[in-house]
Amino acid sequence: MTVFSPRAAAPLARSATRRGTGRRALAAARRTLVVLGLPAVLIAVWWLVSEEYHSFYFPPLREIVETFGPTWFEGRITGDVVPSLTRLLSGYALAVVLGVVLGVLIGSSAKLRAFAEPVLEFFRAIPPPVMVPILMLFFGIGTTMKVIVIATGAVWPILLNTVEGVRGIDPLLRDTARTYRLRPLTRLRTLVLRGASPQIFTGARQALSIAIILMVISEMFAANNGLGFSIVQFQRSFALPEMWTGILLLGLVGVLLSLIFRAVERVVLAWYRGQRQSQRGGNR
Amino acid sequence: MTTATDRPATATRMLSVRGLHKVYESAGRPTEAIRDLTFDIAAGEMVCIVGPSGAGKTTLLRCIAGLLPPTGGDISLEGRPVAGPPKGMAVVFQDYARSLFPWLTVAQNVELPLREKRLPKAERHRLVERSLEAVGLADVPRSYPWQLSGGMQQRVAIARAVAYEPHILMMDEPFAAVDAQTRADLEDLVRDLWHRLGITLLFVTHDIDEAIYLGRRVLVLSGRPTVIMEDVAVDLPDERDQLGTRNLPRFGELRAHVYELVQKAKRGHRPENEPDAGASGAVGKEFPA
Repeated sequence: MTVFSPRAAAPLARSATRRGTGRRALAAARRTLVVLGLPAVLIAVWWLVSEEYHSFYFPPLREIVETFGPTWFEGRITGDVVPSLTRLLSGYALAVVLGVVLGVLIGSSAKLRAFAEPVLEFFRAIPPPVMVPILMLFFGIGTTMKVIVIATGAVWPILLNTVEGVRGIDPLLRDTARTYRLRPLTRLRTLVLRGASPQIFTGARQALSIAIILMVISEMFAANNGLGFSIVQFQRSFALPEMWTGILLLGLVGVLLSLIFRAVERVVLAWYRGQRQSQRGGNR
Repeated sequence: MTTATDRPATATRMLSVRGLHKVYESAGRPTEAIRDLTFDIAAGEMVCIVGPSGAGKTTLLRCIAGLLPPTGGDISLEGRPVAGPPKGMAVVFQDYARSLFPWLTVAQNVELPLREKRLPKAERHRLVERSLEAVGLADVPRSYPWQLSGGMQQRVAIARAVAYEPHILMMDEPFAAVDAQTRADLEDLVRDLWHRLGITLLFVTHDIDEAIYLGRRVLVLSGRPTVIMEDVAVDLPDERDQLGTRNLPRFGELRAHVYELVQKAKRGHRPENEPDAGASGAVGKEFPA
């Protein structure tokens, strides 16, 4: 083999958006305003209306906010919030692992897919909370039951989306992997999992909200601590402001988890976003 | 530097296709794509395959690449029968946008097959750098394929194939989707790489000019079911350039000849000595079995 000669460097065809820092700051400010505008209005309306609306069941927002600190920051963080989040994350992690593993297996084989798909559609159609009483019979009312309730409910969107994602991997890309004789493990990591990752993330996002719902429901059924348990306890003891703080906290937990999820997705699927943008912008 | 003319004419046999027959079973109705193809390619040759559209060019290439099991006949590469993608072979597909991994950078795309060959890191980096430089993409290793133009993406695919150091490189209409200007550049790039690397090149195209400009030999295929119309030797000087070579009187003659063959093939004309379906008659005349 002889020496390579340098060739004229081709121009870099990267779509770089170069804006001034001032304009960028302005744009960021505007974005923040758009994002926070509606919540601010809603909170203001709630605050003002609830102040005048003298109902036992709808205490003033001011009172709810005042109760928030004493209710949650004096022991309930470790006593209720942490156990709840632990169940949620264990169940969710189990669902992701199960969903991706089974999804890759089923998605990789047309025969297995034809065999399993009707059953999967059936299980997916069952509303997950229905399974709580049954799973209680098998696993008792402890943490195991709750983790399994969350996992069995959240696994379906991940599983079905992974199947779709694996099935949708470009056949030419598969051929490329075959001609370069990529080993099975490399093929799994570099071709299958990455190729199906957009759909896996779609499923995982749906699964996250299902998991939160199931965490609360399973704790409402039977528990001695946790967010769902606390909210039901407050309600039964007519501690209405405290109950409302629990609902607010649940909402905040949901928002926080979805923000974390989006941050992870942003990094992992950066290529996907870029690719779609470049396709929309014409074939450069 | 070795050039094609210096290479011994009686080079070792790289690829041997004997009585290749391919029938697709679709919806219960069999479609005969390839009736009977027999030819040899010597090591270091540059062979172009042309034919009317639907002539089973891609089917042939996929059979040789071990991606598609033939219905009958034998294919062997470097003396070993092909069953599944063989070692020492790289393929560049027409659809570059779909054959590059969009989640890997340009350099990672080129490096991936080298990792699989378990080459040491330093060696991998050297090959990646050199092959990207050879295709004129030394400045974009960290870009993603979709950030590049079509022609540049196809260069990445070529760089990946070259870095792999295959004994035989097969290209399936690689420049069908790039603009004319880029296409001429890429043709010269391929000739240049072929010269410098001394690999065997099998180039499928529907463009007659391209086939003659690139090849030392042009296999003209008939329409479906495919047989070989003629095995045309391209007796043009080995040093080729876009303007000079294409203006040679001999280039014109060859083009007229191949053009006529392809037109005949389009009209459904078959070669006179066509073998019966399934039979394996030796059509390749340069290297009789």
